[in-house]
Amino acid sequence: MTYTKRILLYSLLSVILLFSFGCPPRIPPDALKLTEKSIEHRQLQTRIYDTKDEAKILASCAGLMQDMGFNLDESETELGVLVGSKQRSAKKASQVAASIFLAVLTGEAVPVDDKQKMRLSIVTKPAGEEQERISVRVTFQRIVWNTQGQICKKEFLDDPEIYQEFYSKLSKSLFLEAHKI
Amino acid sequence: MIKKSMYTATLFVIALTLLGCATTQERLLDSKEGQVKLRSIQTRVFDTTNKEKTLRTVIATLQDLNFVIDKADHIIGSVSATKLNRYALRMTVSVRPRGEAQMLVRANAQYQDKPVTDPKTYQNFFTSLEKAMFLEAHSVQ
Repeated sequence: MTYTKRILLYSLLSVILLFSFGCPPRIPPDALKLTEKSIEHRQLQTRIYDTKDEAKILASCAGLMQDMGFNLDESETELGVLVGSKQRSAKKASQVAASIFLAVLTGEAVPVDDKQKMRLSIVTKPAGEEQERISVRVTFQRIVWNTQGQICKKEFLDDPEIYQEFYSKLSKSLFLEAHKI
Repeated sequence: MIKKSMYTATLFVIALTLLGCATTQERLLDSKEGQVKLRSIQTRVFDTTNKEKTLRTVIATLQDLNFVIDKADHIIGSVSATKLNRYALRMTVSVRPRGEAQMLVRANAQYQDKPVTDPKTYQNFFTSLEKAMFLEAHSVQ
């Protein structure tokens, strides 16, 4: 390779590197846009109770959070906000089995889901024409770390069964029937 | 020949060092960002005096956008929340009275490890908030 060619190659490499430095991942354009899914999610995550007693609902929610093993991170009664989190194992037998199988085949360990931090926020709000009812909305999310200690999942949890189970528990502890929106 | 290659390599290293030249102070205080311009991108005014309702609507809007709330404070008038959707997006929204008849809402966002400075993203947020507030958001100059 001649000297000029080498210089050209170096410059080309530098330009590519500089570009990759100068282009941080951009925020998705619809990150803060309401979509059709938003209403679906709202219906899934919200229930309305026939009571005016917001403090009682919040107290029941806090109790339920403890029942579910969450620790209270933050609460603001004036605005109807409860925030909680917990750390749990994220191991799945099927994933571990697949990893062992691959390791035997290739001789290399494949990282699998190891630990997770699960978070929830519960928000209550007066609802109805005369603010005679209280709406409750819960949202869940989690971060998963793999066996190499790297974050491998960041996601919100939108499985309808999670929300159904949550509200059936809340209704039981409130002795009130939950209405869908 | 080796000398020349060394020379190129040195230049390359210097170029890289210059690129990553934001100091800790600049990163800590975001002093490189155009603060006045950014503030106006991040701020809107609503014709209401109801701080609690504004805050509750901000919280509801954040939940609509798939955020999980991190923190809320009625007295300070601020809400923080995080959205996880393969990426991590963190927002703080503050609400305070402006004059006798208005509330000022300011939002700032952080995408992964970078501040969000794109006006369109904030515009989308305020459009979502407007719908929930049933009020128009005015820009402040």
